[in-house]
Amino acid sequence: MTDDQVVEVQEEETPPRTLPDQAVLRAVAEQFDDIEWILSSGQDVFILPKDLVLDVVQAAKDAGFELLADLTVTDYFRGRSPRFELVINLLSMQHRLRLRLRAPVPVDDVQVPSVVGVYPGANFYEREAFDLFGLVFDGHPDLTRILMPDEWEGHPLRKDFGMGSVPVQFKDSHQVQ
Amino acid sequence: MTDQKRRDKRNVDVWLTGTEEPGWLVDSTDEGAQKMAAHETAGRLLDQEGLVVGDDRVLDEDVAPEDELMIINMGPQHPSTHGVLRLNIELEGEIIRRSKPIIGYLHTGMEKTGEELTWLQGPTNVTRMDYLAPFHNELAYSLAVEKLLGIDLPPRALAIRILMTELNRVSSHLVALATNGMDIGALSMMLYGFRDRERILAFFEKTTGLRMNHNYIRPGGVAADLPPDWQDDIEFILDKVPPRILEYEDLLKANPIWMGRTLDVGVITLEECLAYSVTGPTLRAAGSGWDLRKAFPYSGIENYHFEVPVGERGDVYDRYRVRVEEIWQSLSIVKQAAESMPEGDYKTDDRKVAPPPRARIDESMEALIHHFKIYTEGFQVPEGEVYVAIESPRGELGAYLVSDGGSRPLRMHMRTPSFANLQGLPVMMADSLIADTVATIASLDPVLGDVDR
Repeated sequence: MTDDQVVEVQEEETPPRTLPDQAVLRAVAEQFDDIEWILSSGQDVFILPKDLVLDVVQAAKDAGFELLADLTVTDYFRGRSPRFELVINLLSMQHRLRLRLRAPVPVDDVQVPSVVGVYPGANFYEREAFDLFGLVFDGHPDLTRILMPDEWEGHPLRKDFGMGSVPVQFKDSHQVQ
Repeated sequence: MTDQKRRDKRNVDVWLTGTEEPGWLVDSTDEGAQKMAAHETAGRLLDQEGLVVGDDRVLDEDVAPEDELMIINMGPQHPSTHGVLRLNIELEGEIIRRSKPIIGYLHTGMEKTGEELTWLQGPTNVTRMDYLAPFHNELAYSLAVEKLLGIDLPPRALAIRILMTELNRVSSHLVALATNGMDIGALSMMLYGFRDRERILAFFEKTTGLRMNHNYIRPGGVAADLPPDWQDDIEFILDKVPPRILEYEDLLKANPIWMGRTLDVGVITLEECLAYSVTGPTLRAAGSGWDLRKAFPYSGIENYHFEVPVGERGDVYDRYRVRVEEIWQSLSIVKQAAESMPEGDYKTDDRKVAPPPRARIDESMEALIHHFKIYTEGFQVPEGEVYVAIESPRGELGAYLVSDGGSRPLRMHMRTPSFANLQGLPVMMADSLIADTVATIASLDPVLGDVDR
């Protein structure tokens, strides 16, 4: 009967964390337990919780990533939960390395830390991400719309923001009977 | 006031002082028109007189007494802002204390459009971003798509890409020299620069059908082979352009007026460049030898011999020098590419990506199907995300593409160099003369299509 059956729960060993090959990247990854390192199309990517963004960016800058190459957002909409993903591309000139940070951001909690304090060059990029995706960067000195008009409603690059279209009128087109 | 009286008042032209009815606004009469409208609040008046500023910017009271600061708007229709750039400049006398670029006047939602176009239609869209260097946009996009697809290109396609992008770098830098000259007052330089650029654009038109916005470099290779007598055209360009550039060197390099307007003007240091993500000739003029063609070679550029010119001071003059030297280097690459152009296909023979030759469609059912699928549904790209950057004439031009496995990108983002470089503009202009503004903007060489996308 069921009393006799003893279900042995075997504790599965968690696989050891894989760390990147390059010493520079490993030095950054080892400082944080929550960083997951993957290779995406052969490029180094760290996936991290959004609360860690500022700390990891600071650690990466200390490790030799001098330049913030790019900061953008992807909207996976229904394809993935959480829906948004903050993407930061860092560039290290001295090590000739690129590093991409990806931080998932849920739609109901769009607050992410601003990295303007670490890289002043993130200013325009964070304004763009705020403007087009509606992510709110905590600590940004001037979080205003940058590309869209100030009075614009909504965030156009979100997937649920319609494309909009103007019907084209062909005046003398042939009438199909 | 009754209606009758109101009608009377409208009919009477002359009013004797003191005979106005109570409530009559003296401001609306001729003598009152000189005053600010009375219904404006005191705060609004301060705003109109430029003593306080609205939402766009906040004054720092420590800089100067309020009445010594003036805010002026430059642009977006100013001829020297290279498009629709608007600058909010805070002046103390003739000195710029702070400035803020205001952009977005040319925003056309190209990244949103890119999500609606198939992977093959993408270059049509991105080529319009940086309209002075369209080949570079197409190349960055195509390299990213090819990286997601994991395909290799035949050597001739790679060499054609290098040939075209380096020619494009020459034509783009010629425009930079031309507009830089025009803004400082060397109007002849403007005419010369555009004249020589036209020689290169004529070759582009012959090859791609269009002077600009070519849609020539596509995922899988290039759209068409070089024209039959392309070597003569390249020879013509290599014959005609270098002597002209030597002439422009005579014209500007040691010209005391030119040097007076550019030396130690608009200085940005290497550290500031890195902090504000400024790349390209501006970064190299500040003393860094960083060039993505050397650091992360793409499309076989590592097979060509060229050098990376580096400046020292990071001023307008050094940026001008770096651009001229880059023209020489690019012409050298063009020469090498023309001499070593391999024979073979100009696009990949992976029929899932590149359409078959026209003749094959008549004889092969499979070719017809491939052709139909590519031009209707488009080819599918495996799921993934990738960032690929190349060295455009303005700096690091990156394409960040995300695919969900469909025939359209889930996200198409271009890291455009002008957008980031504009952040360096307030740094360059701080505490400089207002007269140097146009020289500084021109030396940064922003393309507003590249900024606003």
